[in-house]
Amino acid sequence: MVAGATAIEARNVVKTFGSGSEAFNALDNVSVTIRQNEFFTLLGPSGCGKTTLLRMIAGFELPTSGEIMLDGQPVAHLPPFKRQVNTVFQSYALFPHLTVAQNIAFGLEMLRRSKSEIDAQVDKMLKLVQMEPMRNRRVNQISGGQQQRVALARALAPHPKVLLLDEPLSALDLKLRKGMQIELKRLQMETGITFIFVTHDQEEALTMSDRVAVMSKGKILQIGTPTEIYERPSDRFVADFIGETNFTQAEVLERQGDEGRLRLCSGVEIVQQINSLAGIGDKVTLAIRPERIELAPHDDACQFSGTVQNVVYFGTDTTYHLNIQGGGHMTVRLQNRWGHQSVLQAGDEVGLRVPPEAMQVLKD
Amino acid sequence: MSEVTAAGETLTATNIMRRGRRPRFDVKHQPGFGFMAVLCVLMLYGPIVLLVTYSFNQNPSITIWTSFSFDWYVKAYHNEQIRDAAFLSLKIAFFASLASTCAATMAAIATTRVKPYRGLTLAYTIINQPLMVPEIVTGIATLVFFALIKQMTGIYGLGYLITAHIVFCIPFAYMPIRARLEDMDLTYETAAADLYATPWQTFKRITFPMMIPGILGGAMLAFVISLDDVVITVLVSGPGEETFPLYMIGAIRRGVTPELNAVATAFLCLSALLVTVFFLVTRKKKE
Amino acid sequence: MAATSSDAPVQETGLSRPELASRANDRAAMRRRLMLLAPAVLIITICGLAPLSIVLAYSWMQPAEYAGVIPQFSPDAWINLAFERDLFSDELLPNFAYYSIYARSIMMAGMTTLLALAVGFPTSYFIATRAPHRRNLWLFLITIPFWTNLLIRTFAIMLILRDEGVLNVILLKLGIIDTPLQLLFTNWAVSYGLAYAYLPLMVMPLYASMEKLDFRLVEAGYDLYASRFQVLRRVIIPLVKPGIVAGSILCFIPAIGDYVITSQLGGGKRMMLGTLIAMQFGPARNWPQGSAIALGLMIIVLIALFIYAKKVVARSNMR
Repeated sequence: MVAGATAIEARNVVKTFGSGSEAFNALDNVSVTIRQNEFFTLLGPSGCGKTTLLRMIAGFELPTSGEIMLDGQPVAHLPPFKRQVNTVFQSYALFPHLTVAQNIAFGLEMLRRSKSEIDAQVDKMLKLVQMEPMRNRRVNQISGGQQQRVALARALAPHPKVLLLDEPLSALDLKLRKGMQIELKRLQMETGITFIFVTHDQEEALTMSDRVAVMSKGKILQIGTPTEIYERPSDRFVADFIGETNFTQAEVLERQGDEGRLRLCSGVEIVQQINSLAGIGDKVTLAIRPERIELAPHDDACQFSGTVQNVVYFGTDTTYHLNIQGGGHMTVRLQNRWGHQSVLQAGDEVGLRVPPEAMQVLKD
Repeated sequence: MSEVTAAGETLTATNIMRRGRRPRFDVKHQPGFGFMAVLCVLMLYGPIVLLVTYSFNQNPSITIWTSFSFDWYVKAYHNEQIRDAAFLSLKIAFFASLASTCAATMAAIATTRVKPYRGLTLAYTIINQPLMVPEIVTGIATLVFFALIKQMTGIYGLGYLITAHIVFCIPFAYMPIRARLEDMDLTYETAAADLYATPWQTFKRITFPMMIPGILGGAMLAFVISLDDVVITVLVSGPGEETFPLYMIGAIRRGVTPELNAVATAFLCLSALLVTVFFLVTRKKKE
Repeated sequence: MAATSSDAPVQETGLSRPELASRANDRAAMRRRLMLLAPAVLIITICGLAPLSIVLAYSWMQPAEYAGVIPQFSPDAWINLAFERDLFSDELLPNFAYYSIYARSIMMAGMTTLLALAVGFPTSYFIATRAPHRRNLWLFLITIPFWTNLLIRTFAIMLILRDEGVLNVILLKLGIIDTPLQLLFTNWAVSYGLAYAYLPLMVMPLYASMEKLDFRLVEAGYDLYASRFQVLRRVIIPLVKPGIVAGSILCFIPAIGDYVITSQLGGGKRMMLGTLIAMQFGPARNWPQGSAIALGLMIIVLIALFIYAKKVVARSNMR
């Protein structure tokens, strides 16, 4: 382990709530290493354990077993106020009895910093989040977006080693949310602080993060850059949770190292990378993104053929729902780069062409 | 396993948990507050428990416990002075709670679930007025007022004391009845009206039966409040009207007897019982 | 006559037929309400408010020799609140006897409030942080004594504090003291008794505001390096301040006007406002004086209630 490069490390963390027959693992042997200056996102549906992991790093939950390392030091036993970690809470949790500036100064005051240092840091933070004119307002006199900025400034003011963000954008409307996504990324670059961001919104995760960990049922399923997560999902859950995906079955006919010859449901045979342990005769699942499929008149270059079931126009693109020959359905999304040209109609027969690298074999 | 002591030594959550040393960091916890809560309950109940215990002590001495007995209760019952004082207080409480509950029920109907009208705030203020004036002030004011009336009319009797009780019982009877009414959904009454019930029928068949828990609660609270009162009772009672508080003040002055413990315990239990029933009757059955 | 909407069918009166009908209904409903309100309002007005105005009138009259008043104007009772007339020179001198009673009343009520706050604050916080079904049980436990006779509870305290009471007997038996300590009829006894009696009045409003306490803010405090004590001082106490103010006022008001506990646990000597008023109507037979003091007490209480309404009610409406 290179201590200098690692900000936070979770080692075999298990968190069990309840006991006996009602026991339930909120975190099931989770290990993850988060680097310094990284924008790291924990992504997953509600109840997947991402918030539990975040609260454990903050110090509000204790692991049932395992350890949390901050800067190479074990911290699982430390109370929250002894960790150089700050949180931007989902509800912001701004102190209603204090002004904007007083809220930002709170952490520094608790650390008994000098008055001049606190004043300077508060000014700096107010400037950083562009809230200088609001410094003497009460927190219930400012808008939701402004509260969000104050919550960020308050958590950043003590310059923590790690900043935890617990779905901080979920209370904002769509437009503000988009703006804050860019803003958050900027703040992370400017301050150089490690951000750990928790969300269930895959778009947020993909647009802001350096790396993403996809979680489900207390386990981390895949860790990778947004591109890796999207383009190379390791399993069915990841592929399904992030973006839209078509799943189709294939049978392994031959195998040579990582490569294998597969027979698709359409009967077409292809050669593909197989990372899983599937042997000859086994069924594997292929994931294909709807926007990677081309529609064409049926010919030999097509891997599938099908019948158009319906056509849905979305403005930027048009989605075709198809019944695939040999079983199953697929969704194809075509960009309306030259305007919507509704050549195809329900009932039309078409061929589907998929580049080999767009077909990802999942480990089942 | 090595002893976990100095900071910097490798600590893992696992061995801490195994030793049961450190529970989860509880944000709600404040050290010593649980102790204070227990102390608070002890402070509230200590004297009461002592009183109750003594009332069952066969030995008249307060400091020596001989054996459990009901002797003092029997003695207190046969003491005519105690019995008369106790029954007088119960009688006053009965009539005061009856009258105040009727008045409070009517007032609650007129002030709850209505569009705000002129005088509504005034009505609230008047009904709650007895709660805002210190008891001693109410006591002497009532004393002065009744003295004037007695002088003018020449009429004497228990009615004065009962009336004084009715006044301060009304706001207490009013509270639970009003709370009950406010919890009641107007749709039942609307439905009844839709099914051809006249306003009077609606009241008799729907509103009133639904109000009963509130009314019972109000009556019980009024009864308890009347029994509890000392200041106004002491100041307003006329000659020959020795209520229980008056008897007790006299008895304390003369020197405490174990019978006093017994009768005090009986009153205490009656109040506690009524309040318990009150809580059960008016408890909201949500959740 | 009220203006009606322009598109309604306008008749001579300026009101449409349904509007007239609804007005008649409103009038009937109003009459019904007044009849329902009458008993409660009349009895409180006649036997609660009217007596207060008589007290006001009496406070400006001369005392009769054997209780009662002589209906002649005299500001003496009010002047006496602050000054006493020298018997010989007729000079007005500061009424130190009364000053010390005011001071003691305020001090005792203040001490009571502080004591109740010291016990009540941790207790309410503890209750508010229990599981919901446990909270009701705790609250029930705290409130039950409040609904029992104050004289009986005071009597129970006397059993402990008397010369031959439990405390002294235990101390004597243990050999810590040789002669019984004078515990009863002291300021401490009164203060303890008052705090004991009015503790539930402190706990209830405190609990009400602590129950609403947003513990995410407490979490934020810990996250920002505040220790347990700092979180208490900088986050929890400011947030439940309305409850603290409400509890203190609700505790202070009955304490300053108390009669039962002061007279029983304080003995006749430890005079406070309540006992002073009672004395004027009893042995001292000076009704105008008693009336003036009583009204003075009421003014204090009304000021406290006014602060309560301004600070607590207004703020809770704002949130």
